[in-house]
Amino acid sequence: MIDARGLACPMPVLKVQQAVKKDNPDTLEVMVDNMTAVQNVTRFANNNGYQVSVKELEDEEYSLTLTRA
Amino acid sequence: MKKENFFKRNWLVMLCGLLVGAAAVFLTCQGNPKNMGFCIACFLRDIAGAMGLQSASATAENAAGIVSNFRPEIIGIIAGACIMALVGKEFKPKGGSSPFTRFFLGIIVMMGALVFLGCPLRMVIRIGGGDMNAIMGLVGFVLGILVGIIFLKNGFSLGRAYKQSKTEGLAFPVVMVALFIASIAITLFRTSLSGPGSMYAPWYIALAVALVVGALAQRSRLCMVGGLRDAVMFKEFGLLAGFVCIIIAVMGGNLIFGDGLSFSFENQPIAHDEWLWNMLGMSVVGWGCCLLGGCPLRQLVLAGEGNSDSAVTVFGMIVGGALSHTLKIASSGTGTGDNGPTATIVCLVVLLVVSIFNLKKESA
Repeated sequence: MIDARGLACPMPVLKVQQAVKKDNPDTLEVMVDNMTAVQNVTRFANNNGYQVSVKELEDEEYSLTLTRA
Repeated sequence: MKKENFFKRNWLVMLCGLLVGAAAVFLTCQGNPKNMGFCIACFLRDIAGAMGLQSASATAENAAGIVSNFRPEIIGIIAGACIMALVGKEFKPKGGSSPFTRFFLGIIVMMGALVFLGCPLRMVIRIGGGDMNAIMGLVGFVLGILVGIIFLKNGFSLGRAYKQSKTEGLAFPVVMVALFIASIAITLFRTSLSGPGSMYAPWYIALAVALVVGALAQRSRLCMVGGLRDAVMFKEFGLLAGFVCIIIAVMGGNLIFGDGLSFSFENQPIAHDEWLWNMLGMSVVGWGCCLLGGCPLRQLVLAGEGNSDSAVTVFGMIVGGALSHTLKIASSGTGTGDNGPTATIVCLVVLLVVSIFNLKKESA
């Protein structure tokens, strides 16, 4: 699980990119706390062969589940 | 199919780019300085002058000097972004990510910008107007971003931000709007009688245009640094398309409504042709903004969204604008300031120190 809450652009996407490069996981969970990060991570994931499901949690936080398409 | 998807995904940022370019040309036609319809660095510097934070160019006849004006464009962008964020439920106050380092980086970025004579947005506007010196700025800007990316990839981080109260998030937009109201309602602030500060569009036009730009920039996340950074780091070209659209709109606007394009290094409006310092000045900006996570325009928008780290950065830039003129770091149309080259080198060294000392082991 990647906790990218509170991190400014482009750190959430960078953390996901590094995790994908290092472990090439089939699923990956990412926590973020702003819509910009949701959109950026989703775009990056889609461009790299992952489908993304977004769950809005309490307290303006989002959990993104990346699954290899 | 892919092309169609690209336009479908990025139409808003491209529209925003076209609008920003058109707004720059329009505001120039309305009285703003040439090739400077919309320069965040210049206008924050003008606000510093208006508030009396610097009086470097003051004379007995012109006590406000040549770069003093409480620019409505800045307030419009902040307020437009704030309103759009509130409407779109994206107003989420945050802060606490190395505020002093950000304040300091704001000063550094401003010094680099004023050696070049413009923020990344003005650099693009200058390119659109045919100013070839801005191409040297672009080269430096890209180099600065590339260096910043190296540090980002190796674990550079200013740390996480935390949720703040609505009051904290609203403080910056409210204070800036209140100061602006004071600037037009009473003679609290100074306005230049000559020089760039004396050239301005009517305040209500500038404010209206900037409100729209701020709102669209908030929705589209338009960012000059983000465009190049995301293209290099993630092969994501959406924000870069916005960047290119600004150039296209400025070129088109200048051809149709302005004085046409004049491709040259010499005699460009409010620009100098010392290529090395144009390049290195923008390297400072590219590197510094990469560490900050966004260009000066993006910092204004984020501050409008309630991000107090960005608000602190904007105040750093205002202070940087004042220092640049007081310490003779800022350039002018005739060339670099007395201390501009030395300050640029010092800024690059400071950026290196800040970059190294904020490398986090766990992110490497």
